[in-house]
Amino acid sequence: MRKLLTGNSAAAWGARLAEVDYLPVFPITPQTEIIETLAEWVDRSELDARLTTLESEHSMVTAAGAAAATGVRVFTATSSQGLLYAMEMLYNLAGWRTPLVLVNVSRGLSAPITLEPDHNDVLAARDSGFLQLHCATCQEVLDGVLLGYRLAEDMRVRLPVLVNLDGFYLSFTREPVIIPTQDQVRAFLPPFDPGRNRFRGGEPVSQAVAVLGGGTYSYFRYQAHLAALEAKKVFQEISADFKTHFGRAFDAIETYRCEDADILFVMMGSFATKAREAVDRLRDDGRKVGLLRPRLLRPFPSQAFVRLLSGRAGVAVIDQNLSTGLGGVLYTELAAALYPLQRRPVLVSYVGGLGGRDITAGEFYAMVEEVRQAVTTGRVPPPRLLFTESEMQSVRGLQRIAGGKGRDA
Amino acid sequence: MSEQDVARTGKKRRQSPLGAGTPMCAGCGGLQALHQIYDLVGDKTVFVNAAGCMTLLSIYPFTPFPGSWLYTAMACAPAGAQGVRDALDVLLSKGRIRPEQDQLPVVLTGDGSAYGMGLSATSAAIDRGLDFLYICYDNEGYGNTGHQYSAATPTGARTATSRVDGYSGVKKDLFTIWSAHRPAYVATAIGTEPADLARKVKKALSLRGPRLLLVLAPCPTGWGFEPARMVEIGKLAVRTGIWPLKEYSDGAVQHTMVPSKRVAVEDYLHLQGRFRHLFVPVRNDDKLAALQLQVDDYWSHID
Ligand SMILES: Cc1ncc(C[n+]2csc(CCOP(=O)(O)OP(=O)(O)O)c2C)c(N)n1
Ligand code: SF4
Repeated sequence: MRKLLTGNSAAAWGARLAEVDYLPVFPITPQTEIIETLAEWVDRSELDARLTTLESEHSMVTAAGAAAATGVRVFTATSSQGLLYAMEMLYNLAGWRTPLVLVNVSRGLSAPITLEPDHNDVLAARDSGFLQLHCATCQEVLDGVLLGYRLAEDMRVRLPVLVNLDGFYLSFTREPVIIPTQDQVRAFLPPFDPGRNRFRGGEPVSQAVAVLGGGTYSYFRYQAHLAALEAKKVFQEISADFKTHFGRAFDAIETYRCEDADILFVMMGSFATKAREAVDRLRDDGRKVGLLRPRLLRPFPSQAFVRLLSGRAGVAVIDQNLSTGLGGVLYTELAAALYPLQRRPVLVSYVGGLGGRDITAGEFYAMVEEVRQAVTTGRVPPPRLLFTESEMQSVRGLQRIAGGKGRDA
Repeated sequence: MSEQDVARTGKKRRQSPLGAGTPMCAGCGGLQALHQIYDLVGDKTVFVNAAGCMTLLSIYPFTPFPGSWLYTAMACAPAGAQGVRDALDVLLSKGRIRPEQDQLPVVLTGDGSAYGMGLSATSAAIDRGLDFLYICYDNEGYGNTGHQYSAATPTGARTATSRVDGYSGVKKDLFTIWSAHRPAYVATAIGTEPADLARKVKKALSLRGPRLLLVLAPCPTGWGFEPARMVEIGKLAVRTGIWPLKEYSDGAVQHTMVPSKRVAVEDYLHLQGRFRHLFVPVRNDDKLAALQLQVDDYWSHID
């Protein structure tokens, strides 16, 4: 069935088709439509699941993990402040090795408070032990949820999975989405196997117990890390299987017009569709440019990046996030992955799209030009924070209103 | 509670289901109460724990619990119990477990969680009518971190963060806060009154819905007394009227042990290091009188 769905309803459809058992929820813009959709299906008995509204995301994620630890398939969703509010429990769930899917609808973090998207929320969870899938289309959101369950529940992995989509740009955008049949999904995603995550009368288990000493602690932390690394291989198998079942690819890294490209954009999420558009225009102009978009961020697909980028001339890494005092997160991670290469491309770092700020076609063209110059001259420019003169003028205008008169920079 | 019931409890305790050899302090009043409670709630339970002294009961790969255990975090044990309960209900309704495999989620936290960080999660669990038992062992401070004052610390008690004049606040009334939610059951108790405690555990187990056992936990380490005096101090907490034993159900509060003649509060206070500054180097008559008055005032409203 092909239907026009928002990113949020695509996420809800993913959960529905995964035949989830339990939905601990809490509202937050721009995620709320997901839980409203699911609540209605539960009320109409179209989805045989229990939905509980908790009083916070901290409790919501706790209940999610506790239910998964008891032995049911769990789906939950949040955004931004909610994800950070739950942060303590994200680490816990990964440590409990509870497989579940959490959808995050990216939104810039307070302060200042805003509703529009960037990736600082989801990247704050990058070290939590949740595996991360990043989507750029509504179809990918639905697919990502299904794939997420397969990945999380695989006995070689057993880690929670976070599926990310951008607020507004994807959450509220309608796109045609192919909704697979329940039978198709069942053939791809077997019924939930609780494995060792189970509480049953007569079979006592202790989960999430304390440890004494760094050795034991390190052992369990390494176990989770090694499982996450193993998840790279498992992901490849699952995405190949996904293609067999549904005819759509969900590779760790999407490559767009890369074959002969000497300069590449690297970016995540729905804003990458802007880069895609720019690539087409630049190609029309005869420029050999392409785009790499990681869907899998944790585990980080280092080897795939190495394979795709070795021998290229230059890369514009566009981060829709800002690690204050350092710069773009993806840039840093990519630089680390490419460092061992003999012939590594020139990397130029751009930060843009914060709080939903647009990245214009002109800016993409300028980035390519700048990277090209860096390649030719060997002089790499410092990281760029995208911001235009007219944006500065408009902020100055606001400051004048706020303070009586604008202060000089 | 009959003598026979007490005897039965006592007998059970000799082959206590809850294992020994835990790292809790000698003379821990919380552990004493937990033993008695566990005798009755049994092993068809999932103990959902918040950060505190009792977290160290289960240290990999050992546990004294013959039933199940899930450590969560300081703020959210009731939410953990919600997840366990909801999941069990789903498994039951979908026929994926048999009815005899059902279990009771039991939240186990200190006062720091129960009165403070976890109160929002607790209140919401009661709103939702969660079918669970909450055991709070109230040692009147953040015990595991070295006994700083919490919202459960009594007026005047010295703690690691009130070392000079003692705590200036008033102990929060968690019993009333819980009761105001109109849950199935709320009771105060103490391990040094085992008959009263056992009756309350049984009462709690006979009901469904949110149930609290708020157990005062004399704490040698945090309160400053010899472990051997734990029982004496616990008994005095009741006889002085400082720790009223009561229960709430069906909208009514009942006192379950009214001390016929209340012992002077200072008899309880002077045994504990945390109140020593009220007696030496000079006796602080004003503060002692004020503390006695707090207790007298409470009981003057009880017939
Ligand atoms: C979010 C968070 N903040 C602080 C702590 C540190 N901490 C661990 S146990 C504890 C005290 C808990 O006090 P209480 O609930 O009274 O239990 P007790 O230690 O007395 O058994 C604190 C503050 C923590 N584990 N988590
Ligand atoms: S500090 Fe107090 S409550 Fe904690 S284990 Fe020791 S005696 Fe028990």
